[in-house]
Amino acid sequence: MSGLFTRLVDQQRKPCHFFVNGTACTARMGDTIMTALLTLNGHLRLTEFTGSPRAGFCLMGACQDCLVLQENGERLRACSTLLQENMRFVIPEQNR
Amino acid sequence: MQTVNTDVLIIGAGIIGASTAYFLSKQGLQVLLCDAGQSGTKASGVNFGGVRRQGRPLSQMPLAARSHQLWGQLSELIGIDGEYIRCGHLKVAFTGQDLDRLQAYNHRVASCGLDLQLLDAGQVHSRYPWLSTDLAGASLCPADGHANPRLVSPALSWAAQQAGTRLMEHCRIIDSRYDGRHFQSDTADHQRIQSRFVVNTAGAWAGDIAAMFGEPVPLTEIYPQMGVTEPLPPIMNVVLGVQGGGIYARQVARGNIVFGGSRALSVAAGYARSSHQSVSMLLTRLAGLIPGIANAHVIRFWSGVEGATPDLNPYLGPSSKTPGLFHGFGYSGAGFQVGLASGEVLAQLIATGTSHIPIEDFRIDRFTADSGKL
Amino acid sequence: MRAPAPVIVGAGPAGMRAAQVLVQAGLRPVVIDEAPKPGGQIYRQQPDGFTRGARKLYGFEHSKASALHEAARQMIASGQIDYRPNTLVWDADDRQLYVTCDGKHDAVPYERVILATGATDRVLPFAGWTLPGVYTLGGAQIALKYQGCAIGKRIVLAGTGPLLYLVAYQYCKAGAQVSAVLDTSPFPTLRQGVQAFVADASLMAKGLYYMAWLRARGVSMMHGVAGFEADGVGRVESVRWRKNAASAMQILPCDALACGFGLRSENQLASLLGCNFVFDEQDCNWQPQVQPGGQSSRANVYLAGDGMRIGGADMAELTGRQCAYSVLQDLGIHCDKKQVAQLARRIARGRKTRQCIDRMFALPAHWMDAVDDTLMVCRCEEICAGEIRQMLRDDPHSGLNRMKALSRVGMGRCQGRMCVAGASMFLAQEQGIALSGVERLRNQPPVKPIPIGGAACKP
Repeated sequence: MSGLFTRLVDQQRKPCHFFVNGTACTARMGDTIMTALLTLNGHLRLTEFTGSPRAGFCLMGACQDCLVLQENGERLRACSTLLQENMRFVIPEQNR
Repeated sequence: MQTVNTDVLIIGAGIIGASTAYFLSKQGLQVLLCDAGQSGTKASGVNFGGVRRQGRPLSQMPLAARSHQLWGQLSELIGIDGEYIRCGHLKVAFTGQDLDRLQAYNHRVASCGLDLQLLDAGQVHSRYPWLSTDLAGASLCPADGHANPRLVSPALSWAAQQAGTRLMEHCRIIDSRYDGRHFQSDTADHQRIQSRFVVNTAGAWAGDIAAMFGEPVPLTEIYPQMGVTEPLPPIMNVVLGVQGGGIYARQVARGNIVFGGSRALSVAAGYARSSHQSVSMLLTRLAGLIPGIANAHVIRFWSGVEGATPDLNPYLGPSSKTPGLFHGFGYSGAGFQVGLASGEVLAQLIATGTSHIPIEDFRIDRFTADSGKL
Repeated sequence: MRAPAPVIVGAGPAGMRAAQVLVQAGLRPVVIDEAPKPGGQIYRQQPDGFTRGARKLYGFEHSKASALHEAARQMIASGQIDYRPNTLVWDADDRQLYVTCDGKHDAVPYERVILATGATDRVLPFAGWTLPGVYTLGGAQIALKYQGCAIGKRIVLAGTGPLLYLVAYQYCKAGAQVSAVLDTSPFPTLRQGVQAFVADASLMAKGLYYMAWLRARGVSMMHGVAGFEADGVGRVESVRWRKNAASAMQILPCDALACGFGLRSENQLASLLGCNFVFDEQDCNWQPQVQPGGQSSRANVYLAGDGMRIGGADMAELTGRQCAYSVLQDLGIHCDKKQVAQLARRIARGRKTRQCIDRMFALPAHWMDAVDDTLMVCRCEEICAGEIRQMLRDDPHSGLNRMKALSRVGMGRCQGRMCVAGASMFLAQEQGIALSGVERLRNQPPVKPIPIGGAACKP
């Protein structure tokens, strides 16, 4: 699935490598986890109650919608956490 | 002044009052159920939600057993399932000494129908791998469980109303007395309620009502510290408690873990707020007991006000001084499960004059100088 | 024995200017902030590695932003303030603030506290608002300002408020494609325009400039829009909107939608500290009571910036300074009376401007009229209007807080931030009462979710 976010300006930054569902991906140092994931993917998580895809909403740590799961079971707020090398995320696929 | 006439005035519409109202209305008596605020919003609405017999003293066993039967009929009683589940109550022991205490308790209540199973450390770990391994053992009561107090208590009031009870909320009783034939009770908004009976189920505030009738009792306020996590994947398949106290936890169907223990702070009479120390202590205990959720987030803390007695048993039964007055309060933080049968007992006492459940240990006057208990 | 230094919560324009006044008077305030760098949201600083200058980031406000950042930098570098970034204040009692930093819990004692906690977008629910690709206007702005990204390639902006036009302008200027701007407010009347110009000519001029600039580039702007929805499978693919209640829906293909209806104050800490609140009819918001000097109804709690009343960055700087002067006066420390009086005058003028803006960009009063049962009102707990209606059938006179307890609206992770406006309007509509008749949603600690582990309770 294609990403949501588009890189517009100020994108000449060092690469940063991470994993999504075991697959190696690349983004940039200085990206938030949200930017890194949403330039490559269309959602961050599925909701607990209806399994609906969510990709964040407020980008300022208020809505708590952008929680993304790591392989170690820990969840992070994607909009307010900067991407680090070798982070490993799990993003469930939607059942259409 | 407006006067309302009724058979029974019940002061306090928590689970005890609502249950009493329900059973009285079912018997055809005219019932007025009053609350200073909204029904089921104090201790009955904000408590942990544990529905358990394990851990109660022997004196409460008949009451708890009858309540257990009534909980089994909950949806017929109140029209909703109240999220009630009999998943079991597991009381863990951190030390060998605590395990001995659990074993001793198991012996004491062996004939009470709890089907308690004592588990050693290995058995606890294999059945409940999500628990800390730093335990000596545990005791399981398979048919204990939990429910949602936010839903159950108001629903009980609703069921009482369906059966004929009249509910008056935002109606605080400021004075009540017996004139030899009737009870005359005055409300804060200048109404007079005349009744043949009065039932005092006013929770943490019931001591004031008792004092109005010349039988003040020892009753202190306690403030359980509660919290709830975000929704989490299913982990806990039992309700958790600890021998010696300190923390209790349960996971609801939507995935949130509700937990409690320690004490919040009083800021004014009848009002409590979270205390930083109690919250920190609680979170440390929770992470220690269920290591897998250390990274999960708490989304809400709250507290409530409960009335506690010196021996942690309630005051349940007739007044020692005034005929027609009955009490049901002082459950010391453990009133949710026994609440259903307590209401039935109070209704029985009014309708027939006796209770088929022994309530001698819950006498209102057991702490007075001449009772020999103080 | 010296009193403990005043504590300031928030390192945005309000908090930092308050800190500056206290520092100039010889005090060393504690400044606690959730973010890693000062600036708040409006002057949010980009992460290390980004190279855009202030002009590109903050446009017309760039010199104010730079000045604020420089003032903050100096105070931090010189140790003139006790600066605690990456720290969340999640509860407070009358003696201490409960904080969490890097997963560790702690308490910060205080005798006087200035709350400068800022604001979030105010949002109202609509069909499809939870779809990936739908963001708040503030969120869209942050994507650009903080990450150099656009939220999509063909973007629709909808709602109301000055931010609508500012974000459209910023996005177009950066090279993104804005398909349309849908404003639920009617085009300002001549009278409103004149009043606003008289109140703050520079602000009005900027607004007119943005609109003209957008029009010149062919960005269609619709005013008085009656409603809009997001459609798509798994992500937003189009926006449907109607000109008025009677007209047919028109469709705009897009891959992103940014929405918002002004801002809502982050005033949970004020509430937990027991401050009194009143309902503001103009802004349709519950706001903490403030005295002319910024004091709340609690003697040692002062309120500044958007967290007290929505007013924008300039007002935040002014009210931050004013609170600090009030703290100094209450401590018996000499203040420049002329400065204090001048501040008060500027703040009074700023409030008048704010009233004009509130009138021009009012909350759409009929947004929650006759909403479909399937409309999701609470995004965290996924509660729809139909479920709330069912609960209200059994408890028709329920207040907002009982509605929360029984329907779960507002019980999720965001603690009501995203659903409070919609839930309040919905309840008012269902009960046939004015919005002012809906009680304020009670706040419970923690103010934001906190991790369980790492409870290091220092004695």
